[in-house]
Amino acid sequence: MSTQALRRRRLDDIEGVELNPVRASSNRAFQVLAALAVIAAAVLRLAGVNLALAAVGSYLAFVVLVHLVYRVRNGGRVAADKTAKAVLYGTFIVAIVPLVSLLGTVIASGGATAVNPDYLLTSMRGVTGVHDRATVEEGAPLIGGAYHAIIGTLIITGLAALISVPIGLFTAVFLVEYRSKGRLATAIRFLVDVMTGIPSIVAGLFAFALWAVLFGVGTKNGFSGAVALSVLMIPTVVRSAEEMLRIVPNELREAALALGVPKWRTIVRVVLPTAASGLAAGVTLAIARVVGETAPLLVAVGVTQGINVNPGDGPMNTLAVYAYNLFKYPRNPGYPDPSLDRAWAAAFLLILVVVLLNLSARLIARFFAPKTTG
Amino acid sequence: MAKRIDVKDLNIYYGDFHAVKDVTMTIEPRSVTAFIGPSGCGKSTVLRTLNRMHEIIPGAYVKGTVEMGGKDLYSKDTDPVDVRRRVGMVFQRPNPFPTMSIRENVLAGLRLNSKRLSKSAADELVESSLRGANLWQEVKDRLDRPGSGLSGGQQQRLCIARAIAVQPEVILMDEPCSALDPISTLAIEDLINELKEEYTVVIVTHNMQQAARVSDRTAFFNLEATGLPGELVEMNDTRIIFSNPHKTATEDYISGRFG
Repeated sequence: MSTQALRRRRLDDIEGVELNPVRASSNRAFQVLAALAVIAAAVLRLAGVNLALAAVGSYLAFVVLVHLVYRVRNGGRVAADKTAKAVLYGTFIVAIVPLVSLLGTVIASGGATAVNPDYLLTSMRGVTGVHDRATVEEGAPLIGGAYHAIIGTLIITGLAALISVPIGLFTAVFLVEYRSKGRLATAIRFLVDVMTGIPSIVAGLFAFALWAVLFGVGTKNGFSGAVALSVLMIPTVVRSAEEMLRIVPNELREAALALGVPKWRTIVRVVLPTAASGLAAGVTLAIARVVGETAPLLVAVGVTQGINVNPGDGPMNTLAVYAYNLFKYPRNPGYPDPSLDRAWAAAFLLILVVVLLNLSARLIARFFAPKTTG
Repeated sequence: MAKRIDVKDLNIYYGDFHAVKDVTMTIEPRSVTAFIGPSGCGKSTVLRTLNRMHEIIPGAYVKGTVEMGGKDLYSKDTDPVDVRRRVGMVFQRPNPFPTMSIRENVLAGLRLNSKRLSKSAADELVESSLRGANLWQEVKDRLDRPGSGLSGGQQQRLCIARAIAVQPEVILMDEPCSALDPISTLAIEDLINELKEEYTVVIVTHNMQQAARVSDRTAFFNLEATGLPGELVEMNDTRIIFSNPHKTATEDYISGRFG
């Protein structure tokens, strides 16, 4: 009988147990308060309050009101839930506003110029302030484009990838397959971590100094820039490749070794293909990270206005440096708008390249991923 | 092609840890030998020394000799890779290569060893190995599908097909059925019975009924206490081990008094 009674007793029947209501009755109050907060912010703004102050103030009031309303209506547990929801929405907006604003500004300011074939297929050679003045005053078409910078970006980043991917992959293979413990591995991991933190300008100065020693002071060319970028890329590649190799199940290595496959071949034919999707994605993201570098390229590669496809011979231009250069030194300081248009368009192209690289990383990951069905 | 294995005074170490002590045994060709014993007694370790797989753990080494067909597997001029080509292994968890199809999985041992392989020879090997592993009827229409799409029991038979495709002399099985359901286990046990016609089979199992069902000879391993090395207590015909063991420790274990 006593067990029967125990089983039928409910938790809130017990003396001294008071349960919080679990479920919020409705979301209405939350939505109403959110709308009120937006209206309040708009009113404050119109009344002449600083935009940031109006937004932050009404948001904080919104969070406090949400908490109070739900505490009174539904108790502490629901109030905590709704307050957390309000905070999450707030932080999400804070995170997303700069991104959307940046993308919007760049597309609005540079999108039209960037898709113009003239812009994509000409360099800045021979373009002077006279042309820019003609563009502004007489409505002549904008001449001078980013072709040389696009080419330069592709060549220098490609070379940097050619240098860093083998070095990074081999280092990761060594760390995971050959010496995962021990002093040497610890030292390498430590150095790679230190390398991750190298400021990019220091990488540029390193390449500049290396080239000064090897080829004479002041030698600037595409290879030097590729070396500077690979200093930045290698640690990223090593770290991501190491993670990817580490998650390859040990059973697969054992299976291959037990078939009488030598270790190096096991790595080449079993471990690397199994990790291929992650490796490719990691490499692509590492490229995306360095493609927009400005400072090291400015130092190591220099600037040129014409097309230079030979990374061994003199300065080249890259998109980020191109944008910086036109912003800082407009062709015609009296009429800076055409130069700024070109800089915006270069920024747009750079973002486009990074987005495409990220998308291709996902596609590559899906393409290489081990298939489990059909 | 089946070879006899003679183990003499085998001591196995992982760095400073003495894992297995003074094992001397003979494994007969064309028979099934089962290793039984409680966890941690070193039976898997001994099994892995038979194709030098324990060496992939850093710091592992052995003293003593393991002779296969009269040739010492641990002599200086023996390449562990060569040993593993002649002594195949099947693991506890089915581990087909996820990037390869069923057909490629069967051929993995040959392909990865980069031998030249004609299309007709490859077809013949795929069929004979899959037939040898009792899997041909189930997968012959989907050889190009990924091996990881099969059921656990099928995957394990695929791993056996992969092991016998390289024509080994000995097949080692490390608890091959412990991740499988009873039906798949039965299929594997039937297969083991067929395999012993041609190969020397050594199987580690936690399941004493399984040892009694499939093996001709049984070796019982035990350890006196945690931290002490495991040792071979008794090895004899399975019939004798399970009906009339000579050592009390064996009798205690198989009658379920401990372990």
